[in-house]
Amino acid sequence: MNVQVNGEERRVIDSATVDDIVRLLMVQDARGIAVARNSEIVLRASWTTVRLEEGDHIEVLQAVQGG
Amino acid sequence: MNDDSLVIAGERFTSRLILGTGGAPSHEVLQRAITASGCEIVTVAMRRVTPDGAGSVLDTVVRASCRVLPNTAGCYTARDAVTTARLAREALQTNWIKLEVIADERTLLPDPIELVSAAEQLVDDGFVVLPYTNDDPVLAERLQRVGCAAVMPLGSPIGSGAGIRNPYNLRIIVERATVPVVLDAGIGTASDAAIAMELGCAAVLAASAITRAEDPELMAEAVRHAVIAGRLAHRAGRIPQRTYAVESTPSQGVADFR
Repeated sequence: MNVQVNGEERRVIDSATVDDIVRLLMVQDARGIAVARNSEIVLRASWTTVRLEEGDHIEVLQAVQGG
Repeated sequence: MNDDSLVIAGERFTSRLILGTGGAPSHEVLQRAITASGCEIVTVAMRRVTPDGAGSVLDTVVRASCRVLPNTAGCYTARDAVTTARLAREALQTNWIKLEVIADERTLLPDPIELVSAAEQLVDDGFVVLPYTNDDPVLAERLQRVGCAAVMPLGSPIGSGAGIRNPYNLRIIVERATVPVVLDAGIGTASDAAIAMELGCAAVLAASAITRAEDPELMAEAVRHAVIAGRLAHRAGRIPQRTYAVESTPSQGVADFR
């Protein structure tokens, strides 16, 4: 199926979870990272259990330098 | 009077300077600037992940044992700001948020309508909300009324370094505030920070003034001293400004030479 991850179209397996997406982005260090699925926060504890659906919009954010 | 701590939402801080981390050329420079500034609170932003970027700014903040204050920079609507604040809370395990809701990218001025709406929602959701606001006394009061833990009026536009353009409004905001007033945005150099503190601000937030200075570490030290000096001057109570001279030497006993 197709989902949007950080603004890019991605093809993932039908059983993909939020955790799979975080891995897909090759995040070395998951500290300071949070995920929104269709503008709803997905708590870290449920990353491995929340399955994605076709057309989902996923945002994976991290803390960076900023004013 | 010896304990002159800054208190925000019940938490005490010795330093009255908050450092915005945006604009630093490297983490090493940022690290040195944080140390030289003596700050205890630093801001960070939330952005899409890059493979190598995660954690690094946090390492710098943790090494300096500062409290991390995430912001909602880049948000133009209350909805986006609220979602960003919730993401920051989840990512950084803090319910403190520097709320920014910007009206347009050329001025980066706050959108007052969206700002109050976002502040209200976040306070209801248990956040300690520190809103970046215009230098508008009425808006500052509205933000306090919805439960913000501080108000952060601008001195002039973000990154402009134009100092405090409306000291009259800032004074009114300070006089009527029941929460700490933190001067946010517009600081260009140390004297701007001193003026903010002399006007009665509880603290100053500086980012570009320090991180984009030719020598960020040195400017961090300069602003640290300016904040301390301005605070002391405010507490000391300045003399009134007058048009004509008031002699400081006694007029009695002046010799009469003939």
